Order: sequence, then C-alpha cells, then structure tokens
Amino acid sequence: MARDMMSAFELYQPDTVEGAVELLARFGEEGWALAGGNDSFDWFKDRIKRPKYVVDLGGIAALKGIRETQDGGVEIGALTTLTEVERSPVIQNRYKVLADAARRVASPQIRNSGTIGGNVCQDARCWYYRYGVNCYRAGGNTCYADTPEGQNREHCLWGADRCVAVSPSDTAPALVALDATMVIVGPGGQREVKAEQFFIGPNIDIERMTVLEDGDVLTAIRLPAEWSGARFYFEKVADRNTWDFPLVNIAAAMKVSGAGGAETVDQIRIVAGAVQCVPRRLTVVEEVVRGQPKTAETATLAGQSAVRGATPLNFNHFKIPLLQNLVTRAIRDA
Amino acid sequence: MADNPNGRNYPEPRFDTFVSKATSRRQFIKGVIFSGAAVTGGGYLLSLGGCAREGAPAGGVERLLTLNVNGQMRPVDVLPHETLAMTLRYKLGLTGTKLGCDRGECGACTVLVDGVAHYSCSTLTHSVRGREITTIEGLEGPNGELHKVQQAMIDELGPQCGFCTPGQIMSAVALLNENPTPTREEARHALSGNLCRCGAYDHYLNAVMRAANGERVSQA
Repeated sequence: MARDMMSAFELYQPDTVEGAVELLARFGEEGWALAGGNDSFDWFKDRIKRPKYVVDLGGIAALKGIRETQDGGVEIGALTTLTEVERSPVIQNRYKVLADAARRVASPQIRNSGTIGGNVCQDARCWYYRYGVNCYRAGGNTCYADTPEGQNREHCLWGADRCVAVSPSDTAPALVALDATMVIVGPGGQREVKAEQFFIGPNIDIERMTVLEDGDVLTAIRLPAEWSGARFYFEKVADRNTWDFPLVNIAAAMKVSGAGGAETVDQIRIVAGAVQCVPRRLTVVEEVVRGQPKTAETATLAGQSAVRGATPLNFNHFKIPLLQNLVTRAIRDA
Repeated sequence: MADNPNGRNYPEPRFDTFVSKATSRRQFIKGVIFSGAAVTGGGYLLSLGGCAREGAPAGGVERLLTLNVNGQMRPVDVLPHETLAMTLRYKLGLTGTKLGCDRGECGACTVLVDGVAHYSCSTLTHSVRGREITTIEGLEGPNGELHKVQQAMIDELGPQCGFCTPGQIMSAVALLNENPTPTREEARHALSGNLCRCGAYDHYLNAVMRAANGERVSQA
C-alpha cells in the first residue's frame, strides 16, 4: 500500500469566501476544503481520501482573526490558528475555557498551523476507520471496533449506532459549553447553527461529523456575551501529554453567586468530549447542580449523575470512573 | 523475475525507469533552479519518480514559484500536492531538514515559517509562498559560525544519535526568538512537539537553557 506521497490534486487558493464556496460547490464530492491540513494530509498520504480538487482556505484574510462584536461577544475567524486562540488576551480574559482547551490540542507546531475551524471539523480518529477499512463510516456495512475482539478503549460510552467513534476535538466541548454559534456560508448563502447542533452523530449521518455539506465553509465561531468572564473549568486526560487525542475531556462554564464557603451555582453548562460521537452536553449534571451550593457533596453527586446510562464497550469501561472524576473536579474546582 | 539464492523470486528492480524519468526531471529542474537540484540517492529518485509519474491535472495554482528560503529567493517548480519538506530536501537540496514520520507526529521536519515553528511535512509548499522560511542551514552566521543554540547543543552534549536534532534546534530557536529567557518548563513545553527516540530530552533542555543563559547547565 502506498502510504507516502499524496496523490495528485489540483490546488486552488481563493482569496475570498465567495470564491471558495463557488469552487467547492462546483467540485462537489470531488472537492476538499483545506484549512491547516493536519487532518487532511493524513487522509491524502494514506491514499484513503483522494480528492481531485483541493481548495486551500488559508489565503482568505476574512477568515482570520479574533474580533469583539457589537453585542458584547467575540467572533473568531474559522482559520484563526489554535496558537492565536490560546494566546489571545480577549479569549484568555473572557473565555478562558477555550484558551485552555486550545492549549491542550496536539503539539506546538500543530497548534501553529492548525485552525480552530479545522479542529472542530476534523474527522473521527477510530483507528479502523483511519486504516481505510470499509466500515460503516466509510460507506461499508461493518463496524470493526465494536466486535468481541475489536480494540475500542478510545471509543464511545453513548450514542452507538453502528459506528462507535467519538468526537476527537478538544475545543468542541469548550465551544458547546460557551453556547457558541457556528457561522456557515454555502451555495445558498449564510446560516448560523448553534455549536450543540453543529455536531451530528451516526444516527443522523454516519459518514459526517458535522452539519457541513459539500460546498459549505465554516467561516466563523461566535461566542456570546452571556458567558463572558464566567467561572470555567477545562481538563483533558490522554495517554500522552502531547499530540494525543483525549480519552475524555471536560469543559464547564458556570455562574456562581455568594462568596467564600457559601457559593451557589446559578447557571451551568458542562460538556464532555470523547465519550460520544458529538460533544456530550451533560444536561443531567446541569440539573443536579443548578441552584445548589458549590460544595464537595454537590460535586460528588454531579459526578455520579454524569455517568448514568453509560454503555461501555469491551475495553473502555475505564472511561466511566474517568468521566465521573472529571465532572466532580469540574464542579468542585471551577 | 530474477533468480534468488533462497529460491524465491522477486521482481527485478526497474532502475531504468527511475533513472530515465529522474534524469529528464533533473534536467528540467536544473533549468528552473539556478543553484541546481541536489537530488541524489535511489530513495529520493523513487520519491520524485512517484510524484512525477502521476502528473497533476491542469488548472489551479501556478507551478513555478519563488520561495524565500534562508534569506535567498529560490525559484522552484512545485507540484500542487508537494509538501514543504519534499521541496526543501529534494528540490532545493536542504537535507538538514529531516523527514521522520511524514505525518506531523515526530517533529524532525520542523522549520520556521515567518519565525514560527511548523512541521514542513504537513505544510503545502504552495501555502508558504511569499513567506520567510528558515531551515537549519539558515541558522549559520555570515562567517559560517554556529547559532548559539547549535553551539549549546554541542557544549551540553544535547543529541545522542542526532536525527531529531535539527527539528529540536528549530523549535528552540523559535522559542528563544519570542522568549529569550524561558524557564525550563517553558522550554519543555516549546519542545514538546519534537520526539527524541534516544530519550535525550533532558540534554536538549540543558542546551536550550544554556543557549538562553550562556551558563553551563549539566553537571561535570
């Protein structure tokens, strides 16, 4: 199997979003939108995906940068690098959970080229799928991970539907916790989708991870003023501290009233990554915690409620206590 | 098929194909690059043969471009799907940049793009048009003297086998450019995208700290 050179493609470098959308719409299934390339080039070098036309979005200035919006929120261009997100003073001061998540992605060099748009649009990391087998997600009729001997320690606890792959992104749970809005431009014009609805599971479309269709470009991510400066928590657990994808990660945003030892959680959004095909919003935890004193007891209860209904596969039972502990810590230490 | 002493038949190596393809390609490249392409060795010819045979469809980007590498403007013919590591090593002869995994998982190919560390194996050459590329070769001073990070690597016995060293040095240079006095922890973080299979990480960190402070770090 040739696993070194990418197959040849025609490369286009438009400098406007309109140009990119027009090209991608024209190329349809034979086209490929390229951001930082860290995910794309793996596919190309393994010759598993062989697009005829690649549209490099890196030259579109309008897709870059972090701007404060009139409604008090922040808009991040989809092609803004993860390093820029991590180091942006406005993100650090107002949406620290996202800066923390961006800092934990892969390695410094990957964060220097990898973009926040690419990070949320990256494909599943299931190693059977990545190896190029004809699994459900690749259009076939088998799942190799969910078999008696399938190696599935990195796979899902919820939402299995033929495919058991998980959301691999570190920034996605932070964006759902912040109630972000994704701005998408396609052949039919611009539309906005909440981060929570942006990611889709295999029950909706087994061959896609997001609502993006051929010809669509994610242009920006908007963070609402509502969660600016809230109390945040992010933690990622992976086998290695660099490069690795999360075994489980947790992102929480909460508003707390009171002071000292008598704090109450008024509002909370808490989201776990790598336990389901989409970032899993833990609504049960939110209900358990909302209006409660921010104490170790509440945190313990929150952790217990987080894992209710989890359906482990053969080799990923460890994710249940892991998620439970991460939720407990998020509530206790945020 | 050639007969083999242990009775198994292997396909005969088709050197003629590679050589003739590569020769014509080399002549073509020579016409483009004033300095000539430093393309040697069967493996390299094979790589180029592989990418030349397919031939990209027409349209899209212009293949002839000028790259700013180590302060020199270098005209070069670049395929649309060619990575910066391929261009640097096999078209421009800058083999100080190593290819380890070719997947953005090891850091051996690290170069600076506008002063920032990037994996050149995971960067399309066409995407760095008009930007300043610095490779390990570009660190030497006007009279051939070593960069302070390179000197510190020698003084602190940084490398063991040395294969990952160019990448480690480029990450260290990128760090010191923006933070001349890093803590050891900051240096560790900055070099965390570079694998060393000899496990000489602490030696590399000693060298980075020595380059930053000018003081001996390791114990005699």
